[in-house]
Amino acid sequence: MAEVLVLVDHLDGEVKKVTHELLTAARAIGEPSAVVVGAPGDAAKLKESLASYGAAKVYVAESEDAAAYLVTPKVDVLAALVEAKSPAAVLVAAGAEGKEVSGRLAARIGGALLVDAVGVETSGDEVVVTKSVFGGAFVVKTKALKGLPVISVRPGGLEAEPAQGAAAEEAVEVPAVDSAKATRITGREPVVGGDRPELTEASVVVSGGRGVGSAESFEVVEKLADALGAAVGASRAAVDSGYYPPQFQVGQTGKTVSPQLYIALGISGAIQHRAGMQTSKTIIAVNKDPEAPIFEIADYGVVGDLFKVAPQLTEEALKRKG
Amino acid sequence: MPNIVVLVKQVPDTYSERRLNDGDHTLDRDSADAVLDEINERAVEEALQIKEAHDGEVTVLCLGPDRATDAIRKALSMGADKAIHVLDDAVHGSDMLQTAKILAAAIGTVEDVDLVIAGNEASDGSGGAIPAMLAELLGYPQLTHAREVTIDGTAVKVTRETEEGLTHLEASLPAVVSVAEKINEPRYPSFKGIMAAKKKPVETLGIDDLGLDAGDVGLDSAWSTVLEAAPKPPREAGQRVEDDGEGGARIAEYLVAQKLI
Repeated sequence: MAEVLVLVDHLDGEVKKVTHELLTAARAIGEPSAVVVGAPGDAAKLKESLASYGAAKVYVAESEDAAAYLVTPKVDVLAALVEAKSPAAVLVAAGAEGKEVSGRLAARIGGALLVDAVGVETSGDEVVVTKSVFGGAFVVKTKALKGLPVISVRPGGLEAEPAQGAAAEEAVEVPAVDSAKATRITGREPVVGGDRPELTEASVVVSGGRGVGSAESFEVVEKLADALGAAVGASRAAVDSGYYPPQFQVGQTGKTVSPQLYIALGISGAIQHRAGMQTSKTIIAVNKDPEAPIFEIADYGVVGDLFKVAPQLTEEALKRKG
Repeated sequence: MPNIVVLVKQVPDTYSERRLNDGDHTLDRDSADAVLDEINERAVEEALQIKEAHDGEVTVLCLGPDRATDAIRKALSMGADKAIHVLDDAVHGSDMLQTAKILAAAIGTVEDVDLVIAGNEASDGSGGAIPAMLAELLGYPQLTHAREVTIDGTAVKVTRETEEGLTHLEASLPAVVSVAEKINEPRYPSFKGIMAAKKKPVETLGIDDLGLDAGDVGLDSAWSTVLEAAPKPPREAGQRVEDDGEGGARIAEYLVAQKLI
């Protein structure tokens, strides 16, 4: 079976959930080979998790430089592997960095860039990618016409399924860095989201809007999120009013999320917000205004006061958690 | 005295309904109001702030149809010095790689470029990779998703903000910088600026002028193709109930029935 390269998205010795989704997608078109680019010792911590989602091979590209420069070491390693292994496709996560890695790789090797996939399949011997554009308003199927398909896959866009893989390790070299063309990382300040999952990675997102009314009242959103193990999001109106920090904004100018469950509290559902969340599997809305457009796309809506409904739901969720 | 090229793009207003053409699945640019993409206003603003601190010159570069002139004029009226408009029917339907190649060639027509500034992601295509691809093609370092940019002699420092948090970056000029949402608040063009913009030079270049072959750009020679495109069936509104004091419990029941909790 054809080999498919999967760039492993990892942080602090842990594989991100999207990597499992990538390995699952890769299995639909061939045999996944995980590519770990990182500091010495990173791959050893990730191997077990990669094996449990079907990685047949793990290419280990470790060096101090690999972790100390932005984007280009990953592109260098993938380009060398493409040359050496002639894979059927390359898959990366469609986060900020993954989009850049895939774009540069396609530019370097003359590959066909297919971005933000929510589905990957084969048709004959061709790879066909499904994506949603304009915030989910259109569903588009694309394929490569020439060159190797380089595909970025939207986190949460498809469901990860476990499968056992051999995860046979093979060391590969990290090409030397050209400092005139590379960007050095001089420091990192990871998001301090506490124990909550990352917004774009979370299976459940609870968001608050203008209806929450103040920064202090956002506690009601956070409590429900914590009861459900969810990430917290906010509408642009809530962010612009200073209720919640901008990195949690969901919508056209913020993050695009497609969790299993999205709960909108006090969000009217302007088109810009819907663009960032309407591909969620199940949408629940609570709003005082029965005419709020969010109800047009909600699977279940409650017209009422979020300060009464959300705490009750929080309590019910906690009861069921035991 | 940094010589700065700012990329701007005209996009369909996100407040209007955006569509794809039935025939070739390209963006239906006539169906929606066209505006200068909001993130590009921030790119222009950042270029102007760097110019004000270090002198230099700001050139606006735009690839787009005839009416993209409006977006160029807006950037000039904010204070950019001159503009290049790459205008060629052959470009229609170009994919990201072709677009990046055209932009890289156009940047090559500007002498002694120190800094290329772009928005991090356009609101229509949302590819989020053009600045990185330009860096690849130009052989420049990329400092992307910036919320802060500092020029220090021949070095550029950027605070990058992504879903992973902040990363501090450093590289040497010339470089490609892309700006993120929080970098600045773009200025409004003044009346004087609007009047002055009418006299500023706008150079129009075709694909031939860039040393590219028209056969290598556009829909027919794209690396990828759209097999089908369909408007997603609108989400059906589901159940809606009035809160009778048990609204939260009802949601919980619904979620249990859907096996979500």
